[in-house]
Amino acid sequence: MHKALVMEVDACTGCHQCELMCSYGKVGAFNTAKSVMDITIYDGGAINVPSTCTQCQEAWCMVVCPVQAITVNPATGAKEVSAEACVGCKVCTIACPFGAINYDPDSGVVTKCDLCGGEPMCVEACPTTALAYVAEDSTGYDKMRRSATLAAGLEA
Amino acid sequence: MHYVIAGAGPAAIAAAEHLRELDASAQVTLIGAQAQPPYSRMAIPYFLTGKVSEEGTYLRRSQDHYEAHGLNLIHGEVTAVDPKGRSVTLGDGQKIKYDKLLLATGAEPIIPPVSGMEDPRVQQCWHLEDAERIIELAKPGARAVQVGAGFIGCIILESWVLREVNLTVVEMGPRMVPRMLGEKAGGLLQSWCEAKGVTVHTNTQVKAIESTPDELQVVLENGETCPADVVIVSTGVKPRLHYLEGCDIDIDQGIVVDAHMQTNQPDVYAAGDCAQGLDFSTGETAVHAVQPTATEHGRIAAANMVGNNNLPYKGSLNMNILDTLGLVTCSFGAWEGVAGGDSAEMYNPDNHQYVNLQFKDDVLVGANSVGYHEHLGVLRGLIETQIPLGEWKDRLKDNPVNLVEAYQGVNQAALQNG
Ligand SMILES: Cc1cc2nc3c(=O)[nH]c(=O)nc-3n(C[C@H](O)[C@H](O)[C@H](O)COP(=O)(O)OP(=O)(O)OC[C@H]3O[C@@H](n4cnc5c(N)ncnc54)[C@H](O)[C@@H]3O)c2cc1C
Ligand code: SF4
Repeated sequence: MHKALVMEVDACTGCHQCELMCSYGKVGAFNTAKSVMDITIYDGGAINVPSTCTQCQEAWCMVVCPVQAITVNPATGAKEVSAEACVGCKVCTIACPFGAINYDPDSGVVTKCDLCGGEPMCVEACPTTALAYVAEDSTGYDKMRRSATLAAGLEA
Repeated sequence: MHYVIAGAGPAAIAAAEHLRELDASAQVTLIGAQAQPPYSRMAIPYFLTGKVSEEGTYLRRSQDHYEAHGLNLIHGEVTAVDPKGRSVTLGDGQKIKYDKLLLATGAEPIIPPVSGMEDPRVQQCWHLEDAERIIELAKPGARAVQVGAGFIGCIILESWVLREVNLTVVEMGPRMVPRMLGEKAGGLLQSWCEAKGVTVHTNTQVKAIESTPDELQVVLENGETCPADVVIVSTGVKPRLHYLEGCDIDIDQGIVVDAHMQTNQPDVYAAGDCAQGLDFSTGETAVHAVQPTATEHGRIAAANMVGNNNLPYKGSLNMNILDTLGLVTCSFGAWEGVAGGDSAEMYNPDNHQYVNLQFKDDVLVGANSVGYHEHLGVLRGLIETQIPLGEWKDRLKDNPVNLVEAYQGVNQAALQNG
């Protein structure tokens, strides 16, 4: 059973710690623009919505990639981008209906959440319960999955 | 069950792998006409600039991928199909029997009917072999004329500039990528290219290409003549169907398929650039000739081949993204709008930024954007789920750039109400 990164809107205070740590893990610098975890702030911070790749089964990005640059890490179930193989065509960035895989002009390749190989740094950084890395059959995961499948117009 | 697939491009491979996933005991045979292992045309521009090697264009990275998945990949050209006898014929006369057949032979470039096209310095950019030839011709400082600025043209254009050639682009339409971008977006793309040193002629066609041993002269209908060392022709594509003559498979623009990707012949399916499948936006059929549609077709066809047409689908959303010398443009669905629809627009020519959203009632149906590259996928999400935008529509009309906020906002609202 893989674990899943679960995001809970109600508990997020919009502190951006996760984005900072994520960018540090991804590019070695504290720069929220390079984070693949994103917090969307509403009403001046009254509501804060964390979002990132939910490692969906169907994985539109992986199916559409013309050069197999996106593969599944069998240990975590994460869909991971190979920076060597990615040609930077960006077709995955429009195919993902969640907008969760994005092009980085500095590196010329796309980036997305890879669950940090099984120890997500955003979860470590989160001071509340907004982010958790839990078994896929937990209630938090069910709730989030409902949100994701709703967004994609799919049956769960 | 023996599944035979004509073609070995992205549609074919997506189908073959899905057939294998759904039916572990199936016999799957792929027939590919190209000399190389299955490769991606889309990756050719990056081969041209040296970003990847030839191997980097291959659809699958490991040498034994097909064997390891029990997919029998054979080299050959399908020259005829016999739906009654359930067989295909290859170029060497060999006949292969099938239980179910998928036609995934892709597209081929359209060659404009003007004189001079046969000169070896006039090149398509379609096969890997073309790319190798272009690399020889497009030396730094060479003068290149690209005929056509459609979406493929606007992707490969960057390769010539990176190869430091002096580039002139000729497009017969009123603007660059006229079938994907509206006037303002196409205009921004043109001024961007011009600022990067590319000469762009729109609204004119090539009349003839005259050859001398030293150079080519590209004669335009508007009276101008462009001298060139190499000419690249990128004037559109058409489905590759020559092998289907006289076999009663219904053909319009491409091979006409139903919501199961089946042709008018039982047990014969079609997918990818050769197929005219359902269009999500119009409900009619169309040839999209883009990668997302090709891979989606492949998977839907495979599911219906295994499941005896139990997975009708609502059609593919036409979508495209281009990076032309660093300016990212994209289009989704009904970007030109729908009857009785509504729209939102943000135009900032100084920054080369533009967003145009098209609505039907409070549902997003299409979009164009220029100068943005982040979270563009949410446009697909909003369009395909047809999720009512409610109050977010007005907010998008005030500021069309607030897409992520709108996307998260409508989904959170739907979650709370559901
Ligand atoms: C330079 C370039 C850049 C592109 N960039 C993009 C992009 O950025 N985004 C995007 O969405 N799309 C892009 N495309 C389009 C995209 O590559 C195609 O939509 C996609 O390749 C279609 O896949 P397909 O499998 O249907 O056809 P193809 O890729 O054309 O594959 C067809 C296969 O069938 C084989 N074949 C053909 N005829 C026969 C026969 N009679 N017998 C046996 N085998 C046969 C061929 O050898 C090939 O293997 C680009 C295309 C080009 C040329
Ligand atoms: S941008 Fe990279 S990962 Fe995405 S589809 Fe293109 S090659 Fe694959």
